[in-house]
Amino acid sequence: MSKPRLATVWLAGCSGCHMSFLDLDEWLLELAQAVELVYSPIADVKDFPENVDVTLVEGAVANADNLELLHQVRERSKFVVSFGDCAVHGNVSAMRNPLGDPGELVAEAYRDAVTQLHGQLPDPERGVVPALLPRVLAAHEVVHIDAFMPGCPPSAERIRTAVEAILSGDSPELAPELRRFG
Amino acid sequence: MTNAVDLFDLTQKEREAQAAYRTTVLCCGSTACLSGGAQATQDAIASALEERGVQQDVRMVATGCMGLCSRGPLVKIRTRGGEDVLYADVDEAAGRTIAEDHVVGGEVVADKQLSLTHPFFARQERVVLENMGEIDPNRIEEYIARGGYTALRDAITTMTPAGVVEVVQRSGLRGRGGGGYPAGTKWGLLAKAVSDQKTVIANGDEGDPGAYMDRTIMEDDPHRVLEGLALAAYATGAKQGYIYVRAEYPVAVRRLEQAIRQAKRHKLLGKNLFNSEFEFNVEIRIGAGAFVCGEETALMASIMGQRGTPVLRPPYPTERGLWGHPSMINNVETLANVPTIMRRGADWFAGIGTRTSRGTKVFALAGKLRNTGLIEVPMGITLREIVEEIGGGVPDGKAFKAAQTGGPSGGCIPVEHADTSMDYDSLLALGSIMGSGGLIVMDDDVAMPEVARYFMRFCMDESCGKCLPCRAGTFEMHQLLDAICEGRATAATLARLEILCDVVRTDSLCGLGQTAPNPVLSTLHYFRDEYEARVVPPKVAAEATVAATSERSA
Amino acid sequence: MAGVTLMIDGVEVEAPAGESIMQAARRAGINVPGLCQLDGVSVVGACRLCMVEVAGTPRPRPACATTVADAMDVHTDTKELREHRRVLLQMLFAEGQHICAVCVANGACELQTLAAEVGVDHVHFTPPAARLSMDLSHERFGYDPSRCVLCTRCVRACAEVEGAYTWGVAGRGREAHLVADLGQPWGEATSCTSCGKCVSVCPVGALFEKGTSVGERRVERALVSSLTARRQRESAREVLK
Repeated sequence: MSKPRLATVWLAGCSGCHMSFLDLDEWLLELAQAVELVYSPIADVKDFPENVDVTLVEGAVANADNLELLHQVRERSKFVVSFGDCAVHGNVSAMRNPLGDPGELVAEAYRDAVTQLHGQLPDPERGVVPALLPRVLAAHEVVHIDAFMPGCPPSAERIRTAVEAILSGDSPELAPELRRFG
Repeated sequence: MTNAVDLFDLTQKEREAQAAYRTTVLCCGSTACLSGGAQATQDAIASALEERGVQQDVRMVATGCMGLCSRGPLVKIRTRGGEDVLYADVDEAAGRTIAEDHVVGGEVVADKQLSLTHPFFARQERVVLENMGEIDPNRIEEYIARGGYTALRDAITTMTPAGVVEVVQRSGLRGRGGGGYPAGTKWGLLAKAVSDQKTVIANGDEGDPGAYMDRTIMEDDPHRVLEGLALAAYATGAKQGYIYVRAEYPVAVRRLEQAIRQAKRHKLLGKNLFNSEFEFNVEIRIGAGAFVCGEETALMASIMGQRGTPVLRPPYPTERGLWGHPSMINNVETLANVPTIMRRGADWFAGIGTRTSRGTKVFALAGKLRNTGLIEVPMGITLREIVEEIGGGVPDGKAFKAAQTGGPSGGCIPVEHADTSMDYDSLLALGSIMGSGGLIVMDDDVAMPEVARYFMRFCMDESCGKCLPCRAGTFEMHQLLDAICEGRATAATLARLEILCDVVRTDSLCGLGQTAPNPVLSTLHYFRDEYEARVVPPKVAAEATVAATSERSA
Repeated sequence: MAGVTLMIDGVEVEAPAGESIMQAARRAGINVPGLCQLDGVSVVGACRLCMVEVAGTPRPRPACATTVADAMDVHTDTKELREHRRVLLQMLFAEGQHICAVCVANGACELQTLAAEVGVDHVHFTPPAARLSMDLSHERFGYDPSRCVLCTRCVRACAEVEGAYTWGVAGRGREAHLVADLGQPWGEATSCTSCGKCVSVCPVGALFEKGTSVGERRVERALVSSLTARRQRESAREVLK
């Protein structure tokens, strides 16, 4: 039997969840034996592949690229996990929502802030910086999510427990002490 | 006036004074007709009579609501020895014509005449509204001339308090505010409570959209409310009464204040009523416009000057109410039934209506009907009879689809159940409630999810915010109904809506939240296909969600 | 005082008459979730998280506000109650901006703990679009309305224990929010004694001490409860004298 195909993606988040994932240290070696890592920010793969068994999604859906990738993830994965608080409910990434129009936020960050000496707005024509969505969304607001792993970031132990359960086909529901937000 | 003999004298004097006029012109002066120009009509009639020099022979009365509000202004001409003639849609010109041709000339103006045998009137039975369109609500004499305050006199002079409770109990009168709790039982509870500081409260915080039963009673027959409240006080041993009226009813407040002054002047309120030991005073308290203050514990909080939010029951008000003392809250319409019950007897009252729902019910008939307005019908009449006979059916070739009773706390009754008897228990069995008397008829143009959304919006705006299920649940349900109405809902949305209905209904602190899901539940029950027709596939819903958020933030 | 015997989740529990189901359950080691209830201040029964099933009653009742009775049969953890609690908690999260990662109460937050216990691992409702501004006018404390769960513990502690009556609730429905005095900024509320009881009883990070950062909130919620208990003991002693 071939090894399960695992992917991890990084949407709008700080990459802290992936850092926590790397905190699993030597268990990662065991994991590498057990699965085939087919896509991840820590692997140099350009396009999200077909026929993925499990995908961990870090980050909220904040821009057009996030939206497109998440749809791709859902179409090509059997089991999708919201990985960390940003994917689960927006978290820090969604803190811009109450501030309203993202255009103003971009102008503030790229052009008007005192730290910007020669500030200029990103050119949407050149497509380097993807357009922001009007509101940052949690992953399950966009696609169906099979399991949720809260935490900012989820601890290494939590990630290991969840991933082991999912790979072995057990219920991915975490124990109370392992499903705390924050 | 200090005793019953004086009351009788006053009755005689007023009756004789009224009988001295050859003709009486009764102009509906209630809020609906006034907004339709009734004042101008009345002035036109008066000036026409003056021009003809007959004003001394004609008694002009601005009366309370005559009922058929959709055809106002209404004018009724009563001639000594003749039959009453009713006119509808009487504008200034028509008023002048009626004054000249009918009042002066004796010729009925046929094209404005509305037959009093018209089913709108013929199918009604008036107990609470018996004085509507008959008396000037500004004059206590007219109320007394129609037998007013005799029930109070007879109760105080010839009956024990327990005897009064017994009559109300035996009449089978149930609370008209919506819950339908037996009034006699409630009175009995307060009567049994031991305290020298009991209070009785009339709940006039009517808030259902489109409903104006209580407003009309308070505006157009204020003494009936006072007499009912005084009877409640006598029966239960209360010395103090309050009438809680919403601030949006300034005319009701004015008329009630005037009625209290008149009643005090005639020693119908105050100390030693009818030369007995019984003392009773009434004050008015004005609400600040919150629907939740119709809930009895919130209402009491508001009377005490606190924020109008409900508190947990038990203890019930009859155990610990206003300022910690036993209190009782009755709806205005409930109290307005009592004087007539006392005058005509429990058996007479119990003979009207059905076995479990005695008497009549006043409804504010609204919606897609030919005739709309205020009606009073014996309980047990069918919805179809109300819609087709009294309401004259649905106009413009449309079909009768459903009727909503109980406002935002009630449910809709689909046309398949139109032959259901209008009584407390039958309506409950259909997933609706009697409520306070709002009755909105809908034709087949109406989309039921939008009806549910409308009522949910109302509950969301009126939730006091104290308990979580109602505060957040009504908001979330409204969000989901928005999504359904705007094509952003999936099958999962419907499932979530049903869970929310269950949570809000089960867990809310007071009646507002507990009944808020009813319009959703009943439309889901009878018109699920309309909800399902609006459901879209998940991908479409997600795209619409993204689009909707951009609209919202734009 | 006469005692009663009742069943809570199949366990026989003895309780003094007049005690609430919640108190009796806690003594028996059964934790009924709750947010607005706090020992030492009056009961409001507003969060509805402690709803329990009592055999023979048509609908669940709040454990904090229902008095025990002899032979009562109480269930605190049925499938339906759990489901309702999950929905209720999700609604609380959606009502405000509960971002544990940047909150002063992270790790000491009762809402956070409840979510984990009850099993809320994501929120299905839409958070509010509007931004609520903080009140930082008080010299020592701050108030962030977007984190407030309207449990009104602060209102009751301020009125009933401190006797200052600074806090109240204004607005209705989703607009309901805390106000100091007659709606003044907290720092200008002349009735406030700056005692900090409101801050100490806040179950979340809505009321906080200035100068504390993420996760630095101290848990001192027992302060008000122990104050009340001590006062009650002392007044009982006075009576005995």
